[in-house]
Amino acid sequence: MASYLLRRLLIAIPSLLGISVILFTVLAMAPGDPFSEMATNPNVPPEVREALRASFGLNDPIMVRYLRWLTAMMQGDWGFSFASRINVDKLILQRVPTTLFVVGSSQILALLIALPVGIYAATRPYSVFDQIANTLAFVGFSLPTFFTGLLFILVFSVALDWFPFVYRSDIAATGWRWYWEMFRQAIMPIMVLGLFQAASYTRYVRSAVLDVIRLDYVTTARAKGLSERNVTLRHITRNALIPVVTLVALQMPAVFGGAIVTEQIFRIPGIGSLLIDAILANDTPVIMAVTFVFACLVVIFNLIADILYGWLDPRISFS
Amino acid sequence: MKDHDLRRLIEGVKTGTLSRRSFIKKAAAVGLAAPFANQLLGFNGVAMAQNATIEYKPSKAGGGGPLKILLWQAPTLLNPHFASGTKDQIASRIFFEPLAGWDKEGNLIPQLAAETPTKANGGLSADGKEVTWKLKPGVKWHDGKPFTADDVIFTWEYAKDPATAAYTTGSYKDITVQKIDDLTIKVIFKESTPFWADPFVGVAGQILPKHHFADYVGAKSRDAPANLKPVGTGPYKFVDFKPGDILTGERFTDYHVKNQPHFDTLEVKGGGDAVSAARAVLQTGEFDYAWNLQVEDEVLKRMETGGRGKISAVVSGDVEFIILNTTDPWTEVDGERSSIKTKHPTLTDPKVREAINLLIDRDSIQKFIYGRGGIATASFVNAPAQFKSQKLKYEFSVDKANKILDDAGYKRGADGIREKDGKKLKYVYQTSINAPRQKTQAIIKQACQRAGIDLELKSVTASVFFSSDVANPDTYTKLYVDIEMYTTTQPQPDPERFLQQFLSWEIANKENKWLGRNVSRYSDPAADEAYKAAQKELDPVKRAALLIKVNEIFCEANVILPLLSRTRVAASVHNLVHDHSGWDVDTWNLAAWYRS
Repeated sequence: MASYLLRRLLIAIPSLLGISVILFTVLAMAPGDPFSEMATNPNVPPEVREALRASFGLNDPIMVRYLRWLTAMMQGDWGFSFASRINVDKLILQRVPTTLFVVGSSQILALLIALPVGIYAATRPYSVFDQIANTLAFVGFSLPTFFTGLLFILVFSVALDWFPFVYRSDIAATGWRWYWEMFRQAIMPIMVLGLFQAASYTRYVRSAVLDVIRLDYVTTARAKGLSERNVTLRHITRNALIPVVTLVALQMPAVFGGAIVTEQIFRIPGIGSLLIDAILANDTPVIMAVTFVFACLVVIFNLIADILYGWLDPRISFS
Repeated sequence: MKDHDLRRLIEGVKTGTLSRRSFIKKAAAVGLAAPFANQLLGFNGVAMAQNATIEYKPSKAGGGGPLKILLWQAPTLLNPHFASGTKDQIASRIFFEPLAGWDKEGNLIPQLAAETPTKANGGLSADGKEVTWKLKPGVKWHDGKPFTADDVIFTWEYAKDPATAAYTTGSYKDITVQKIDDLTIKVIFKESTPFWADPFVGVAGQILPKHHFADYVGAKSRDAPANLKPVGTGPYKFVDFKPGDILTGERFTDYHVKNQPHFDTLEVKGGGDAVSAARAVLQTGEFDYAWNLQVEDEVLKRMETGGRGKISAVVSGDVEFIILNTTDPWTEVDGERSSIKTKHPTLTDPKVREAINLLIDRDSIQKFIYGRGGIATASFVNAPAQFKSQKLKYEFSVDKANKILDDAGYKRGADGIREKDGKKLKYVYQTSINAPRQKTQAIIKQACQRAGIDLELKSVTASVFFSSDVANPDTYTKLYVDIEMYTTTQPQPDPERFLQQFLSWEIANKENKWLGRNVSRYSDPAADEAYKAAQKELDPVKRAALLIKVNEIFCEANVILPLLSRTRVAASVHNLVHDHSGWDVDTWNLAAWYRS
């Protein structure tokens, strides 16, 4: 197991390096520069723009810039943001908790919906419940989050005035009031993300359970006279969840990516909105760092999925 | 209005037979806006207004609860001299103040200065080379230290240092500043400078505390802790800042204006887009104020019917305009397209340019696209009104355009496109990606079609279009197409620097890495001369005439086709009394905002 882990981690290094080379080159060759706002302002002398380009190293060849970035990165120096001139790691750390909270809660919500609905629907295939669940899942899966987000805002914020639609990272309240405010502002984005995710998980859980339900050992369990409830929970669900767990783990990086849109709509100060702002401002060090974090997430969650799989299904061995 | 009429009126104000207010009204009646009128009075020895346009009612400081501002483009840094965009300038101005700011009428309002310099109070020298500023006594920094002339001198040293790479350096690099005493400084210009209210004034003029920045001048400027934790003299003290997200402040109890500010805490939230920012103020009232709402007016009007807030639009000097390329963008000379060594095959013909100008339906563009966001115009400089040409008029007439082209010998080909000597009137027309701009493009294209001119529309993403990336062919300064359109900002009430775009030595080319301001590449010695004369002319009336001439030369040649004079649009909840200015940032007078 230990040697397997080590091997996987060693393989991850060259792939991350490759990713970073591609990212850097694409970004360096992409048009635009961080000083566009100065361009139409006659009060900013052109020399200042030139001096800044030079001091930020934008005039050097791509190779030189990449090597400089890589050596700095190895030493834990992520560089500084061109837009705010503060260190990138500080910027990212400021944003990560919010993203984790929103994405994490929405995942929990998604599983809380998808598991019971999926299992119940699969044990009664083609029943009215199954058909309704299927239809809803299909609808939820097809509606993009930017649409549902806007719809939620128009219904719950503008028309009903129940929830605020601007998410704030610091709430000027303490104790229960803080939790209440936090809940109020987080509920819409979490619902939007959670429902979308729940829809796709439900379909998956249902089909995974359907696969297992027809297997011989389930029939055997029933023949032994076990209660239907017992059969479903002990024998069917446990085995059906193996691929589901893998799917959830593999979906995590994609969920972070999907949250970018939601973060923008609700003004959630997460790393997704940081990435969008950085792209709009051509803030290369920040774009580089955030996309690199996403790349690392993909690699890490892949690894977690593999390990979980082996742990859940003893037939797979790591040796 | 003639020279001598104006002078007679000014005399009237001086001798007291005419009130200041009625002078401004009279001036306005003949097309001179209040800013001009005020500056005129100032130059002629009548003291300037010393109060801002807002009437402040609260009888004590504090007690106003929280003030919540939503900037959909989030501030990312808080050092005013690094602030490249308005968003950062707005955020910095909460904490830092200049000696004086500009109100929406273009009046110079003292902030850290005790009074506005005039000839009468000895602030302005007769030769136009020296300005003496008296500082307000008793002003404290947020950490309790006194504000003195040393801070002003330091700010000059800081901003002029090329290694600091301050965005404001243009205002400081050519001046000398002397300390007279602890509360008096003297600004010395190399030459007579009619527009003296630039250093230490408005956006570029915010004063930094010497004791927090002295160790961080030049190359070390990025390391200053105060870049992110500002200590200023402003109405609100810094509490917390998350770049790109949220900025919070609290009332500065020792603020130097009596009974101000009104609000106890301040919050500036960023992110999102303009439409939803307008919604958060106008429809849900979650925020008190949102700025820079470049949203179609129809959408704003619909939101206003919700009844929670209102829109206010103020005149600014920004102008949306079209440039016709008189050089050839399709031929490369010495590695450069649109080189001044070339001539455009058809756009060098004044008749063609005239026809194109007649094909722009400015009234429809204003009515159907911009609404309160812009006013149709034929003049490049529109505000303050003394610099607006009264001569330039626009007209929309497809018939006239057709006639001009017929007379000039452009015949329609089989495809309906006109041509002469084998040269077709086919152009590429580019602008940045932005809904109102694409709609404007479509309107103009349609009209041109009716006159036998074919426009191919091109839109470039804004971050590329407005970048200084030398390697990219799509930047607006390269102008590698026939026609282009964008907005340019006039940051000060005085258009001198703004008119750089009409000078022959400012032509953007390969040599200056396309950093020159003259993008049209058209030049006229008469414009150069008038400009140079205006730079030295101390008489404001004559000076305005010279600058108007520069403007008219380009507009009458139909090289620059102004479309709209842009306004700055903000949304606020009904009970918020605020005032924002087209000549300064929205927060320039934040201390005087209150809730009625």
